[in-house]
Amino acid sequence: MWYDYLGSILTGAILTLQLSLLSLTCAIIFGLMTASAKLSPIAPLRWAATCYTTIIRGIPDIVLMLLVFFGGQILINHLAVKAGLAPFEFSPFWAGIVTIGFIFGAYFGETFRGAFMAVPAGQIEAGIAYGLSRTRVFFRILTPQMLRFALPGLSNNWLVLLKSTAIVSMIGLTDMTWLADQAGRSTRQPFIFYMIVCLLYMLLSYASGVLLKKLEKRYSAGVIFGAL
Amino acid sequence: MDFQPGIILASLPMFLDGLWVTLELVGIALLFGMIFALPLGIIRAVNVPYLTQLIGGYTYFFRSTPMLVQLLVTYYGFGQFKWMQDQWNAGNSFWLLFREPYFCACFAFTLNTCAYTTEIISGAIKNTSTGEIEAAKAMGMSWITRMRFVILPAAMRRILQSYSNEVILMLQGSAIASAVTLVDLTGVGRAVYARYYAPFEAFIFTGLIYLVLTFAVLGLFKLAERRWLAHLKPRKH
Repeated sequence: MWYDYLGSILTGAILTLQLSLLSLTCAIIFGLMTASAKLSPIAPLRWAATCYTTIIRGIPDIVLMLLVFFGGQILINHLAVKAGLAPFEFSPFWAGIVTIGFIFGAYFGETFRGAFMAVPAGQIEAGIAYGLSRTRVFFRILTPQMLRFALPGLSNNWLVLLKSTAIVSMIGLTDMTWLADQAGRSTRQPFIFYMIVCLLYMLLSYASGVLLKKLEKRYSAGVIFGAL
Repeated sequence: MDFQPGIILASLPMFLDGLWVTLELVGIALLFGMIFALPLGIIRAVNVPYLTQLIGGYTYFFRSTPMLVQLLVTYYGFGQFKWMQDQWNAGNSFWLLFREPYFCACFAFTLNTCAYTTEIISGAIKNTSTGEIEAAKAMGMSWITRMRFVILPAAMRRILQSYSNEVILMLQGSAIASAVTLVDLTGVGRAVYARYYAPFEAFIFTGLIYLVLTFAVLGLFKLAERRWLAHLKPRKH
């Protein structure tokens, strides 16, 4: 019966969640690096960051994923042989995380860049005038205010990221889409399983929507919105 | 592990076929998506009881689930039902379409892009400034005239930017068509990889074609903006 497979699909849902959260972490790191490169006074850094965001946003995620997954394995084998090590297997899990993180890093970079620029320069000057160090200014003054501007863009990107994890099933990762596919084949009831996956995705986006609203409220503390 | 351009040259005809499939799929989806999204977006914006909520539910479903799953449901899912199988056995030519991967991809992509476009259009319509609508009413325009000559022309100009995003998302989203055995651009990339075991040649070249397509789309929208958003350009004189 179809509900016998429910447990296995829920395991897949956990994998999907793990994958998306790890990719999110990866993407935020890439995004912060891109944003600082784009805002840096060193021109080659800015060019490199612009190249990265332009190229990544112009290529479908599945193509990049296939390139990293299949190409990465060959590259690793090649390097391992050169370094005199035994070749090891490139797991689709990490290939998926690195690729999704790398792709969404480009989008997050744009979001962060806009948000950093939205913080008034006077805030940084005031921090420095009070004798705070550069890192202090960054973490205590710039970041908390930046997050308020970045959150709407971040939540958008997160929802897109969550949905794009479904394509890791095309490189053989046993996420919930892949498990639903298998369950559908063996029970000849694919519709039910795909619908369960749809419902789980909807649940995840709904839950993250609620959570992000709360975060947005938290980071907008003290901001007065004009009455319409 | 040397980069062999010969592989790309030998597979160029295949890549051209794949490019054509991708362009066709995306073109059909965008065309029909727009045709359906226009009335749906208007209804969603003007608040018709029940209908607006129904459309809201449709767009919510399609925007919060992955397009890959939507495609798989269309191609593999419907065959589960006895009724569908009976239709197929009876040779009903309409329902037999759901056994064609090409039709299924067009179907799923159209519904998906239609959902996003509906939201874009309804958002633009809702953003019409009240003064414009008041002025149109004061001129004695009927609802249809108002929609046709005041609200829609302005709203369709406003959607240009977000619609260009949607077109690019659709172009890149169509890369999953190979999941239902279609040989689109990505499908060709996978086939070339499988034949020569050359991931770099196959996928880098595929990526480059998508990159060029993306730039072409962006360029077209730049032209469209120059034509239809000319009044927003910064003054030069």
